Amino acid sequence: MLQRLLTSREALLLGAIAVLLGLIALRFPGFVAPANLASVFNDTSPLILLAIGQMIVILTKCIDLSVAANLALTGMVVAMINVAAPGLPVVLIVVIAITLGTALGMVNGVLVWKLDIPPIVVTLGTMTIFRGIIFLISDGKWVNSHEMSAAFKAFPRAEILGLPMLSWCAILAVIVFTVVMSRTTLGRAAYAVGGNPHAATYTGINVGRTQFWAFTLSGALAGLTGYLWVSRYAVAYVDIAGGFELDVVAACVIGGISIAGGIGSVGGAVLGALFLGVIKNALPVVNISPFWQLAISGSAIIIAVALNARANREKGRIILKSAEHAT
Amino acid sequence: MSSNAVARSPALAGGTDNPVLALDRITKTFPGVKALDGVSLALYPGEVTALIGENGAGKSTVVKTLTGIYQPDGGDILVDGVATRFATPQDAARAGITAIHQETVLFDELSVAENIFLGHAPRGAFGLIDWQTIERRAAEILSGIGAEIDPRHKLRDLGIANKHLVAIARALSIDARVVIMDEPTAALSHKEIQELYELVDKLKAQGKAILFISHKFDEIFRIADRYTVFRDGQFISDGKIADVSEADLVKMMVGRDVAQIFPTRDNEMGREVLDVAGMSHPTEFADIGFTLKQGEILGFYGLVGAGRSEFMQALFGITKPSAGQVKIDGTAVEIRSPADAVANGIVYVPEDRGKQGAITALPIFQNVTLPSLGRTSRNGFLQLAEEFALAREYTRRLDLRAASLDTNVGNLSGGNQQKVVIAKWLATKPKVIILDEPTKGIDIGSKAAVHEFMAELAAEGLAVIMVSSEIPEILGMSDRVIVMREGRMAAELNREDLSPETLVRHAAGI
Repeated sequence: MLQRLLTSREALLLGAIAVLLGLIALRFPGFVAPANLASVFNDTSPLILLAIGQMIVILTKCIDLSVAANLALTGMVVAMINVAAPGLPVVLIVVIAITLGTALGMVNGVLVWKLDIPPIVVTLGTMTIFRGIIFLISDGKWVNSHEMSAAFKAFPRAEILGLPMLSWCAILAVIVFTVVMSRTTLGRAAYAVGGNPHAATYTGINVGRTQFWAFTLSGALAGLTGYLWVSRYAVAYVDIAGGFELDVVAACVIGGISIAGGIGSVGGAVLGALFLGVIKNALPVVNISPFWQLAISGSAIIIAVALNARANREKGRIILKSAEHAT
Repeated sequence: MSSNAVARSPALAGGTDNPVLALDRITKTFPGVKALDGVSLALYPGEVTALIGENGAGKSTVVKTLTGIYQPDGGDILVDGVATRFATPQDAARAGITAIHQETVLFDELSVAENIFLGHAPRGAFGLIDWQTIERRAAEILSGIGAEIDPRHKLRDLGIANKHLVAIARALSIDARVVIMDEPTAALSHKEIQELYELVDKLKAQGKAILFISHKFDEIFRIADRYTVFRDGQFISDGKIADVSEADLVKMMVGRDVAQIFPTRDNEMGREVLDVAGMSHPTEFADIGFTLKQGEILGFYGLVGAGRSEFMQALFGITKPSAGQVKIDGTAVEIRSPADAVANGIVYVPEDRGKQGAITALPIFQNVTLPSLGRTSRNGFLQLAEEFALAREYTRRLDLRAASLDTNVGNLSGGNQQKVVIAKWLATKPKVIILDEPTKGIDIGSKAAVHEFMAELAAEGLAVIMVSSEIPEILGMSDRVIVMREGRMAAELNREDLSPETLVRHAAGI
């Protein structure tokens, strides 16, 4: 059991992050100070939140390219609500953000489930539509810091036990979704659907409905992240988090989530996100150009996929009876 | 066309006994596995050699070695008596060896002619593909094998039998001297099989050497001239088919005397559990009705495409029937989805093993409990202790040996994976189990085990529906048989009225 834990994908990735931190510490010891690590974690929290949602979607053999657009749309809507009604309590804003994000996720889910459209096409479409809606409702204008209420902006920064709320949101999501994926029938169904959709159907699992719920959860997390993002950076406009969906998918892939579905864990998604977060935060500190940063992230993705492909390679068939017991 | 009407081609009529292709003590090892252990095989021009062996005997590995997909670790491949190495499939093709695989490897979106010449298209000026020649030669080859197929049609528009002919045409397009047929009749209807036999006779007459892999003894005796038997990756015997009997071959295959013996069944039947009335579907079947008792095995016989599997899928809630009523234990039930069916005690083990198979990325216990999660969860939350208990109970019952129930199913052997699948269904405590072609493509030894198990299930009071296209299996296992023809029930026969002739007569509508 212990050996299996130590050789798991997650342990390898954790080791890789530790090595990375060690190398950075050689040139810039301050980077690994607890306060700085906490700030790196806080900075990576939006990526963690979205990667968890994306992981569930990828597990079911789908992909959600609309997460960043969902985030931007939800962020714009809550920012505009805040401008229109500055007195609205932040709790309500959070509820609205999650609800709206959930609804947008459900749109993806229904299209995949009921119309049987390939997920990449559906979410490519909704991604564009969501961005378009932001433009329509905002007239292409920005919602700036001075227009937002103080409470609206304060929430993600509010500290509990020395950690900002943004970090706590990510931690809470990690806990909740670890339980969902390992201890609920929905989590189990997601693994089954991705692992073998035909077998899952015959087992009485509704493949489409499971995928619908995956998109819904991904949407809910994107909605929450939308509010957190806009309030943290204190600005909302059409293009916020543009292209961020690719970072999210990259975090999942680095985290060992099989793009073919059926294999992956919340822990993997979180570690994948942290790996990218560490690279993004560390390279400027050690004076490496941001262009190298892209190259390094890209290499990490390819190495991760290559390692996973090796691990998942089909074993030769056991034909000789004498070999059956040897394995 | 009868086989003795076919003369050898004049060049070979002298009775050459030199094999065109031979394997000499070939060994092939995979990590930890010796798939072939010094096997030999000889193919003669103008003759059909049947390669016989149980599943896992090494037949597929031999095919892959002959076609250059695998390189042997030891031994020689002799072409016209000269040792040769096939480094790539192209090398094998150049030596005139071609294989028609179990699942034909063709391309639906390409034309028939493109399929035939893909990879070796004739080139014209500037090395560009010469389409005129391709279409002309494709038409020639197709008419040569008596296939009336337009080479310009897309492959997707053809039926399965015609696709097979295209595969054969492709094999002939490279001027093959050796044609390997890997269970070519598995997906064909009776009539199509007859046409295939005629085609094989034609190929023989053209002097091709044919390696024919099949599980069906009737076709082996119909078309083969020679046989070679493998067992567990080893060469057992070869010779002329005229010198052996079916029983001899079976004995060589399994290494012991196995008559196809079916378990004796004398269990009591209980009350009626399933009552189906007037089930119809707009396009697939009409007016299916029957009852089924506890402990009864009801056989569904028919030709391929008679609508048996289609009906079962509707009964299981995968497709939607247009009319009909299902009663379980006397109560009418609505089955709108597989989940409804499982909840009502009906489970379906489909024909396609690759798809029905376990979910290999999940551990044993999660596979076993997957259809039973309703019972082992509370409000959507899994109860892992209950899951383990359930999985332990049923894996023990099936004598499944694994280090731990946490082991991923992908790490188990094929036989153990199958046990996981069966345990999964039994753990739902079903009332009715539908087995669709339960022994299709498996060897005789494993067949007997499946039949034994089916009898046990019935003895425990389970109602069993067995869809089968194998007459001995239908005769040996069923208490009652429904014969389907063209989507309708052609006959309902009791055990005493069963005979191969009646089954075939009703199925074919004679």
